[in-house]
Amino acid sequence: MSLDQLYQQIILDHSKARHGSGLAATAAPDGASTGQSHQLNPVCGDEVTLRVAVDHGTVTQLAWDGAGCSISMASASVLSELAEGMTVDELRSVIGNFRDVLRSRGKIPADPEILGDAAAFEGVARYAARVKCAMISWVAAEDALNQAA
Amino acid sequence: MAVVSTPTTLTRALSAMDNAEVLRIRNDFPVLNQTVNGRPLIYLDSGATSQNPLSVIEAEQEFYEQRNAAVHRGAHHLAVEATEVFEDARQTVADFVGAAYEEIVWTSNATEGLNVVSYALSNAALWAAQGRGDSRLRDLALGPGDEIVVTEMEHHANLIPWQELAYRTGATLRHIPLDDAGVLRMDKAAEIVGERTKLLAFTHASNVLGTINPVSDLVALARRAGALVVLDACQSAPHLALDVKHLDVDFAVFSGHKMLGPTGVGVLYGKQELLDVLPPVLTGGSMITTVTMERAEYLPAPQRFEAGTQKISQAVALAAAVNYLTETGIDRVHRWESDLGQRMVAGLEAIDGVRVLGPAAGQDRIGLAAFDVAGVHAHDVGQFLDARGIAVRVGHHCAQPLHRRLGLTATTRASAYLYNTTDDVDEFLDAVSGVRAYFRA
Repeated sequence: MSLDQLYQQIILDHSKARHGSGLAATAAPDGASTGQSHQLNPVCGDEVTLRVAVDHGTVTQLAWDGAGCSISMASASVLSELAEGMTVDELRSVIGNFRDVLRSRGKIPADPEILGDAAAFEGVARYAARVKCAMISWVAAEDALNQAA
Repeated sequence: MAVVSTPTTLTRALSAMDNAEVLRIRNDFPVLNQTVNGRPLIYLDSGATSQNPLSVIEAEQEFYEQRNAAVHRGAHHLAVEATEVFEDARQTVADFVGAAYEEIVWTSNATEGLNVVSYALSNAALWAAQGRGDSRLRDLALGPGDEIVVTEMEHHANLIPWQELAYRTGATLRHIPLDDAGVLRMDKAAEIVGERTKLLAFTHASNVLGTINPVSDLVALARRAGALVVLDACQSAPHLALDVKHLDVDFAVFSGHKMLGPTGVGVLYGKQELLDVLPPVLTGGSMITTVTMERAEYLPAPQRFEAGTQKISQAVALAAAVNYLTETGIDRVHRWESDLGQRMVAGLEAIDGVRVLGPAAGQDRIGLAAFDVAGVHAHDVGQFLDARGIAVRVGHHCAQPLHRRLGLTATTRASAYLYNTTDDVDEFLDAVSGVRAYFRA
């Protein structure tokens, strides 16, 4: 497995773009119910604070602040783009699918139909030490959804 | 045989190591002879754990094949032989650091050694309060109003046991700060270490900065205050000549696996007059004289602190590691690694966007360098280097307060040992120079 398969172009792009970052400066939409979660990986210091806004069962906003490696920042960025407009149930199901792929040690291929850009993280599944990097914002989103719902 | 080997030993003591010798040394380390991601492995993570020469691996195997038995009990042949090699190992380690045989306590690792001192001291407070044990325990006991002093550069293993000792005894924990370059503020140290100080704990060489701390100056401050001194020698014992008597520290700890030995064994050195009066920490078999249903009397050190069946094969293998270092010449190893450290720092400083922690090139340091790459997280740096077969450590290196002080959360650390060549360092530097472009920083 080459480095370029891990750090796919999409991942490097998202790690710079950081869609949805700037939580502190972003107000939650009026009338939505919100949930927020802070996750920290003590091993490497990756850190994400993430807020979801839910209106009538639909995720209307996913905003976050964080610091960490390119994998963790890119996965938060991808998640933010993917989540907005999904129903809560759809997002929960996508998060479950993402977790299954990442924890499969490469045995479960990523389905771009389900995961969109997040399918690019398929290669991370081969690097046990990096799975948590890719998962951190998704774990935060799951936790935040539980509070918003 | 001794006569024949003398000229060789003499020549070795005087001659500097070079790449040719290092390549011969490398042949003794089977694990280094492999490819990683299609490249020859370049192992630069010895600060975390070092590799084992064949003589160490064989020593452990030989023990299990020929001598395995419980030590200090049983009158049969194997038990006697096992006890002999186990205690010979203790003597070998004692000689290596200038200690007496009775002053070397086996622990599982250096962390355990520090915790043994920490718990023995809080037990001293309990015993002193009950009038139990030696009268000197009253001087050793800590309580409210007393102070424990550490430094801001400590590994968590030499910080948290003292936080907890302060919690258990009501003593106060203070620390000697660092300047922006990561050097101990000795002016502050002179103010902080005072008559309230009961214990001063510090690292000999920083596992992040590579700095070698001024042990004699710090010991002098502690002596003036009447405080005990605990030295974390994890990054010094494997790499330079350590003489605990010359340094005049009260306790010192180090780990076997950082000095070519196996995991699961570490060493606590303590001055005999302290170890013999301090209460034990773990109690049970092998550390007692007389036991009744109500109470027990304890053996003096080292058995006092070695309850239960010990790490026998690991101790024997650690002695083989010490012999390997002694035969190579620890002073020669120190000089070689210092040169590698200087080469690393000079090379890293020349790469755009790389910030080296600790002393600048030209200043004293051990053979390691931790650094930050602007715009690239340490985890990504480590992954990039791994793809070229280069093993380094990433993260906070168990020194969060130090990283916070330097405004960082994670760094990359390369740490060399006697089996690394200058070519290893150059390959590493070449790889680091490509990091920022790859991650578009």
